[in-house]
Amino acid sequence: MPLKVGIPRALFFYYYYPLWKRFFENLGAQIVVSPPTNKSIIDAGIKCAVDEACLPVKVYYGHVTALKNKVDLMFLPRLVSLERKTYICPKFMGLPDMIRSNVKDLPTVIDTTFDLSKNSSSIYRPAREVGHFLESRDRIIDQAWDDAEEFQKEFEDRLYKGHLPCDVLDSLEKGKELPVTCNMKRMCVAVVGHAYNLYDTHISMDLIRHLKNMGVKVITPDIIPTAVSDAYANRLPKRMFWTMGKRLLGSVLHYIDEGKVDGILYVEAFGCGPDSMIEDLSARYVRRDRKIPFQVLTLDEHSGTAGVMTRLEAFVDMISWRGVS
Amino acid sequence: MKVTFPHMGTMWVPVKTLLEELGMDVVIPPPSTKRTLSLGTRFAPEFICMPLKINLGNFIEAAEKGADTIVMAGGVGPCRFGYYSRLEKEILDDLGYSMEMIIIEPPEKHFIELVHKLGKLKKCSPLKALSAVRLGWLKCCVADNIEKKVEKVRAREKNPGSADTVFNRALEKLDYVRTRKDVLDVQKEVLEELDSLVSETSRQIIRIAVVGEIYTVLEPFVNHNLERHLGRMGAETHRSLYLSSWVNDHILNGFFDIEGTEEACKLASPYLNHMVGGHGRETVGSTVLYARQGFDGVIQIAPLTCGPEIVAEAILPEVSQRERIPIMTIYVDEQSGEAGLLTRLEAFVDMIYRSKQNSKKLTAVKGL
Ligand code: SF4
Ligand code: SF4
Repeated sequence: MPLKVGIPRALFFYYYYPLWKRFFENLGAQIVVSPPTNKSIIDAGIKCAVDEACLPVKVYYGHVTALKNKVDLMFLPRLVSLERKTYICPKFMGLPDMIRSNVKDLPTVIDTTFDLSKNSSSIYRPAREVGHFLESRDRIIDQAWDDAEEFQKEFEDRLYKGHLPCDVLDSLEKGKELPVTCNMKRMCVAVVGHAYNLYDTHISMDLIRHLKNMGVKVITPDIIPTAVSDAYANRLPKRMFWTMGKRLLGSVLHYIDEGKVDGILYVEAFGCGPDSMIEDLSARYVRRDRKIPFQVLTLDEHSGTAGVMTRLEAFVDMISWRGVS
Repeated sequence: MKVTFPHMGTMWVPVKTLLEELGMDVVIPPPSTKRTLSLGTRFAPEFICMPLKINLGNFIEAAEKGADTIVMAGGVGPCRFGYYSRLEKEILDDLGYSMEMIIIEPPEKHFIELVHKLGKLKKCSPLKALSAVRLGWLKCCVADNIEKKVEKVRAREKNPGSADTVFNRALEKLDYVRTRKDVLDVQKEVLEELDSLVSETSRQIIRIAVVGEIYTVLEPFVNHNLERHLGRMGAETHRSLYLSSWVNDHILNGFFDIEGTEEACKLASPYLNHMVGGHGRETVGSTVLYARQGFDGVIQIAPLTCGPEIVAEAILPEVSQRERIPIMTIYVDEQSGEAGLLTRLEAFVDMIYRSKQNSKKLTAVKGL
């Protein structure tokens, strides 16, 4: 019987699922992913997390709870930094410790630290540490990792061709065809936010689908190649030290520069530290340019679909009145 | 050029000296008040952590008094503080205050880099810059030494409030004197004066440690005079953070061998095994340290939404249980008030007194 490795469908699942899936499967494990976020998952998360935690972290707790009795190993990596001198967010750095403190009866936890902030850091070290839970030979682990990275790259290439991560992940999990990207739309709106908020349909109230149903072409920062968003982020007067901050702010600067989107919808999670700054800076830069309509949508555990829908409709109407480019 | 800087507890004393010794014209922002906070709240992002709002209010109020240049610390993440200076600059620009910003980034290697950088600001010689830094640093340490004494005396003073009166006067004296010898004289004189305030009659004293995010720990305006209230309730306080240890750890690169946060970081493990930005790890580690030193309780204080402290908060219940120490977490934001805080403090202190009495009874019973 292969060992079962649990992957919570939350936080960096939305960025790295292909990598992790392929890596664990290469090492002979069976992957168990928690079900899409639902009410009982959120409730479970709210129950064990501290009140002040941001919504996505509470949701993560909920997914861990949903998985803990179903797997042999739980993959809860400590994602400190994925590139030089840049971090994800303080909460990510403490996440495995928080979970261990607050969620009882966990299976064995893989809480390997991924910290690539230093020049000298190598990805193979943490990869091997994870791999050793399943395989003793470093050579096999390295190969498994290289192959998984290839697979991740294929995933990202599909994004850069214009497919949204939700569609690509869906096709990966269910073997579905990718929907064709269509350009014949009323207008194009850039939805800016963390992947784990945008593509978790429960957290986001399925806003991408609602927008699409209104005839809006939706693009997100995830389909902009990192090299492009990085280049824009480098124009900032002070170096941005959050990976997602760089990605989001870089994308916004790119949208301003290209002037092709008809509106920017910034989706902020309630209680998110970095977002409180990135959203404000984005709004400032857009406003100074005075061209693109900009709207903020804050999601929390109490927001209802109706309220979100009204906001979306109002925003789309406003863009229509202004006249679409 | 008229320079200003943000308030944080007693920081204005050493920073003013440092800047003036470098030859700058200094405008101290008016003490933080409700107006400061409401100015900041009006112009800062809604969900930003509170220290930025007060910084911003300080800058606007300093600009009203003629300041045109801001000096403040920078940072490189992972918590929001690292981007404070930039965001504040953008906000001030949009509001039409054209203020220069001088950001002191943490030195990569040695604090001498800092001396050189400071010297360049006013084109003064490295020697002069060094002596400015030394005088500022001395004042910083002396202010902390005095405050540490005040934290003990408050719980034992004959006349409630007298220690704070002496403390405030001491800060003014400290601000005024300009030689190392005078600074040390002030220290000696004030420490003696504080000693004389202690009442002869004994009172049962409890010891409470205050841990958490640095701004809320150091700034009485945002913690609503937390330590003063605790003192009146008969609690001697101690903090996990003092200005001198922060300056030494973050600006001077640990140049001086003073009580820093290193030990606390070590003790955070196994509860929290990685740094999380801000002082999250220190909060957890110091709590362990205080428990082992026999403190009676720990209060964690932080601005609402502070990431590092939320991580710590999530972990503290386990620390409380395993290290057997009562812990209370207090979040502050622009809505919190002194009355609400007082109620919670009284309940916490009462609980500690009661459990102390009970445990005494318990040992007495055992003794029979
Ligand atoms: S980046 Fe924001 S949403 Fe994500 S974990 Fe950190 S605080 Fe929460
Ligand atoms: S430590 Fe907390 S309050 Fe201070 S800047 Fe960082 S996130 Fe904000």
